Amino acid sequence: MALPLFPPERDPGPDFVGLQRLTGAVDGPDQQRATRDAVPPALAAHATTVVAMRYADGVVMAGDRRATAGNIIAHRAMEKVFPADRFSAVAIAGSAGMAVEMVRLFQVQLEHYEKVEGSTLSLEGKANQLAQMVRQNLPMAMQGFVVVPLFAGYDTARGTGRIFSYDATGGHYEDTDFQATGSGGRDARSTIKLGWREGLSQDDAVELAIQSLYEAADEDSATGGPDLVRGIYPLIAVVDAEGYRPVPEDEVAERFGALIARARADRAEQSGSTS
Amino acid sequence: MSMPYYVAPEQVMKDRAEYAQKGIARGRSLVATTYDAGIVIVAENPSRSLHKISEIYDRIAFGGVGKYNEYDQLRVAGVRHADTKGYAYSREDVDARSLANLYAQYLGNVFTHEMKPLEVEILVAELGHAGQPDQLYHIAYEGTITDEDHFAVLGGDAETINERVAASWQEGWDLAAALKAATAALAGPDRTLAPADLEVATLSRGNGRRSFRRVPDEELAQLLA
Repeated sequence: MALPLFPPERDPGPDFVGLQRLTGAVDGPDQQRATRDAVPPALAAHATTVVAMRYADGVVMAGDRRATAGNIIAHRAMEKVFPADRFSAVAIAGSAGMAVEMVRLFQVQLEHYEKVEGSTLSLEGKANQLAQMVRQNLPMAMQGFVVVPLFAGYDTARGTGRIFSYDATGGHYEDTDFQATGSGGRDARSTIKLGWREGLSQDDAVELAIQSLYEAADEDSATGGPDLVRGIYPLIAVVDAEGYRPVPEDEVAERFGALIARARADRAEQSGSTS
Repeated sequence: MSMPYYVAPEQVMKDRAEYAQKGIARGRSLVATTYDAGIVIVAENPSRSLHKISEIYDRIAFGGVGKYNEYDQLRVAGVRHADTKGYAYSREDVDARSLANLYAQYLGNVFTHEMKPLEVEILVAELGHAGQPDQLYHIAYEGTITDEDHFAVLGGDAETINERVAASWQEGWDLAAALKAATAALAGPDRTLAPADLEVATLSRGNGRRSFRRVPDEELAQLLA
């Protein structure tokens, strides 16, 4: 490896993807060429339900842990919620291999910009960067390897949490309150829709996220619920003025335990009153 | 009568070295030293936006003295090298030694083959992890690389500053003590340096994955008080 120095007219600036293209060190996503024939779905792992919602001080993001390949459970403990940088998070649904690689590139892209320029991108700038990466994956999406991320973060300039959702073409749309994507996204979204209100506390927002994933897992076979036997629970993270931090696993486990106990008690009460 | 073209190679090298040294001596110096929680780098720099000290990677920092545009170009190249390597392999595979070698090769090449040598000196500092010691690599304008365990001084007046730091250096001193000694060494007996004249950053073991942190003016004033 030689020192990557460029003449001024070819300098890629703070763009890591552009740098990769110039050095040819690693194929950028745009250099991936789709095969002529679609690959059967059982060959590639598929990530499922992720949700994001705004609350009083920032955003909560959560995702289940299951990856499927066709009708097989490919992974039980997959992580779908990642820190993008200090003040933002990205969650993925869709073709797992493409999506995880995209997140890795996105994380490096943001940090690279920050180090080269000496300042961070705006939240909207980060959302646009991610959109370009999703768009570059379009040829692969046409072959069935779709990646649909959710991006959320704390906008330090505006002092509020913001959420962006994407489609396979890189179209990105800002969601005012909440969003969910992936195979169980519809069920999760309905649950959040019923429970969401302006100015939710962090505690209530985390609880609502947990409930939405529980309902999604109840209706969608590709979404994993709490795995009590192995102790695997959905990943939940909050982003506020303090930055990104994951909700501790013990706390998530405890909340799921309480949710299941409540559901049981409700059923017992119903069957008691009908008999 | 035409003048002969021949100039002795010794003379060429001597002239280039002199030229580079003069350029470097026009700028202010920089001191880096280990302390109990990592490495602290102190530079005399009144600017708050044109940095001499910067982050390269998780545990690696960069320091440059001399001509700003020249060492800043090398800084960006270092960030590019580190990020490319970390993305292609793993974050753990990025190390200061290979980067310092690249800088040394490049500076050496420019010194021997180009018209004008670069008027810079470079520091590559790496926070040790998993039992490895901290490393300070000092690369001179002609590509000479030295590897220091405790402290390094870059800049025109390096020799005298080096003596002052050596006289006060202690194993495992805390940040305030290290900062005071480094500042006093930079200033010399006849001047004092205020926080506004200094640029200070640390690579500290308590900072999480990205260990680089700039020390803001207020905190610096407290530490130097």
